[in-house]
Amino acid sequence: MTVTTDSVRSALEQAPAADRVESHLHPAGSFEVSDHTAPTGREEIWRFTPLKRLKGLHADAEFMRSATSCMWNTPEGVRVEGVSGDEARALRGISGLVPNTLWAARVLAEVPSSLLIDVPADTEVAEPIVVDLDGQDVTVTEAGHVAMRFGAHSKAIVVLNHTGSSTVAAVVEIAVGDGADVSVVSIQDWADDAVHLSHHQARVGRDATYKHTAISFGGDVVRMDANVTYDGPGGSAELLGLYFADAGQHIEHRIFADHTAPRTKSHAVYKGALQGEKAHTVWVGNVLIRKIAEGIETFEENRNLVLTDGCRADSIPNLEIETGEIEGAGHASATARFDDEQLFYLQSRGISEQEAQRLVVHGFFNDLIRKVGVPSIEDRLLTTVEAELAKNVLKDSAFGSGA
Amino acid sequence: MSKLVITDLRVTVDTEDGPKEILKGVTLTINEGETHAIMGPNGSGKSTLAYSIAGHPKYTITGGTVTLDGQDVLAMSVDERARAGLFLAMQYPVEVPGVSVSNFLRTAKTAIDGEAPKLRTWVKDVNAALQQLNLDPTFGTRNVNEGFSGGEKKRHEIAQLELLDPKVAVLDETDSGLDIDALKVVSDGVNRFRAREGKGVLLITHYTRILRYIEPDFVHVFVDGKVAESGGKELADQLEAEGYDRYLKPATA
Repeated sequence: MTVTTDSVRSALEQAPAADRVESHLHPAGSFEVSDHTAPTGREEIWRFTPLKRLKGLHADAEFMRSATSCMWNTPEGVRVEGVSGDEARALRGISGLVPNTLWAARVLAEVPSSLLIDVPADTEVAEPIVVDLDGQDVTVTEAGHVAMRFGAHSKAIVVLNHTGSSTVAAVVEIAVGDGADVSVVSIQDWADDAVHLSHHQARVGRDATYKHTAISFGGDVVRMDANVTYDGPGGSAELLGLYFADAGQHIEHRIFADHTAPRTKSHAVYKGALQGEKAHTVWVGNVLIRKIAEGIETFEENRNLVLTDGCRADSIPNLEIETGEIEGAGHASATARFDDEQLFYLQSRGISEQEAQRLVVHGFFNDLIRKVGVPSIEDRLLTTVEAELAKNVLKDSAFGSGA
Repeated sequence: MSKLVITDLRVTVDTEDGPKEILKGVTLTINEGETHAIMGPNGSGKSTLAYSIAGHPKYTITGGTVTLDGQDVLAMSVDERARAGLFLAMQYPVEVPGVSVSNFLRTAKTAIDGEAPKLRTWVKDVNAALQQLNLDPTFGTRNVNEGFSGGEKKRHEIAQLELLDPKVAVLDETDSGLDIDALKVVSDGVNRFRAREGKGVLLITHYTRILRYIEPDFVHVFVDGKVAESGGKELADQLEAEGYDRYLKPATA
C-alpha cells in the first residue's frame, strides 16, 4: 500500500505584493485547437493520469460517430434535446469555459451537436431530469458536449447516468442563472473497460445555489474535472464526490473552485474507498481566492478509506489566496485504513469482524450519501456500496476470521 | 451459571524499547452474583486487565489463563468473547461515524443472540433502557459516540449493558468524569443489571466514590500489575482514608 498526502502543496500560498501567484490555476485558455499541444504526462494537471490508457482521447483520437445510446425524460416546462449547427455553436462556452486542454478545445471545435438541457427562468422542476448514457462499443472513441442552462430563479435536478462500455471525452457546461437552485449529479457506473475523460464547468449566478455530485464506481480510467466560477456575489457551490476504486482502476477527481466574485461560498466533500491490487484514486482540490473575492468562505475535504493492500490514494488540497479579506478558508485530507479502535469497539459488542467492517464502510459514506438529495440515487448508492463490499471485504473476512 | 476465573495472567505491550510487562500474574475469581471492585493508582495496570479480558489486539498475553464457565476466553476472538457473555464498558468509548445508535444496538443484539430481536419488543426495550438512563428518545438517531458528552458516552455504555445482558460485565472507570447526578443514574443501571440472576461484575475504579452507590462484595487493591491486597468493602473505606501510599512505598523499597 502506498498512501501519500502532499502537504507541501497544501501550504497556504500568499502573494501580498503581486495580484496573483504563478500556477496551473491561471492557464491561458483558448478555443483555437492549434493553440494547444497534447500533454506528455509531466504537466502538473496530467501528472497522475495514465495517458497510455486514454486511447488517445487526450491527444489525437478520432472523434467517431457515437456508439452510446442516449435517452432522457423531459419534465413539463423543460427543453431537452440534441441541437446542431449554429444553435450548438452558440452553446459552446456558455459556462465561461475557455479550454485549457487540447482535448476540451477539440470537443468544442469538432463535435457537431450538443445536448441542450434548458430550464427557463422561474421554472421549478420537481422530477429529476435523467439522461441515461449507455455505451455500446468501447472501441469507438467519441466525444460529446452537454449544455445545461438554468434561468434565473429556476430550480431543477439533472442526473447524467453513465453505464456500459465507452471511450468518451465529454465537456459539460452548466450556466446557473441568478437566484437559481440547481443540482447536477454525474454517475460513472461504467463497465470495467470504459475510458471517460470529462470536464464539468459551471458558472454560478448571483445568489444562486449549485450542487455538483460526482459518483464514480466503474470504468478502467475515469477522470473528471469539476470546476466552478461565479458570475456575481452571493453564489454558493457544494461539490460532492463519492468513489470506489477496485483492482486496476484509475479514478481521478479534480475540483476547482475559482472564487471570481465577493461573498461567494464553496464547500467540497469527496470520499473514496479503495480495494484490490493497483486500485488508484486521485483527488486534487484546487481553490483560488481572487483579489476581488472578499468575504468568501471555502472549505474542502477529502477522505479515503483503504480496504486492502496494493492500493494507492493521492490527495492534494491546493489553496491559493490573493486576498486575506475572507470569512474563512480551510481544508482537510485524510487517507487511512480501517480504524482498529472502531473495529474493536464494534467487535466487543459481539459483532463479527466482517460485519464491523461493513458497518464502518457504510458509516464512512452515509453522511455523504444523505447529502445527495435525490432519494432514488441515495438508495442506489447504498446498494452499490454493499455490492462493492461483497467483492473484497466481506469475502476476505470469511477466510480471515479464524486467523 | 457465570464464573470468570483469571489465573496468573501476564500481559505485555509493545513499546519503542521493546515489550513491557504490565500485568505480572493476576489471579482473580468472580463467581456468579458477585461484584468485585478493583482499585489502584494510575498506571497500575487496571485498564490493561479490562482490555486484555476483552481481547484488545494491543495487548499480548504471555502467560496465564482466563476462563468463563470453563471456556478458554483467551482462545476466542473479540466478538466471540462478547457472544460468550463478556461485556466491557469502556472508559473512552469510540466514535463510529455514520453508524446510528439504533442500528448499532440492533446489530449487536442480533450478533449476541444469534437472531434478530422481535421488532416490537425490541423498540420498547431500547426506549425503556434509554429513558432509564436519562437519554432522549432521539438518541437512537445519533451516530455512535459522535459528539456525545462524557456523561452521554458512559450512560450509552450502561444502556448497552442492560440491553445486551452479558454474564459478566467489566466496567472500566465508568465513574470517571461523571458529576454526581450522572454517577447515580449510571450506578442505578449497574445495580439493575446486578439484580438479575447470576451476573458477575468487575468494577475498575480509581476512586471510592462510585462504591457508595454500587456496593462491592470484594475489593482488590491493584498495584504494579497484580493484586496487592484483597478484602471486603471495608478495604475501600481504608483506601478512602489512607490512599495508595502504603502500597506504593514498599514497591520502591
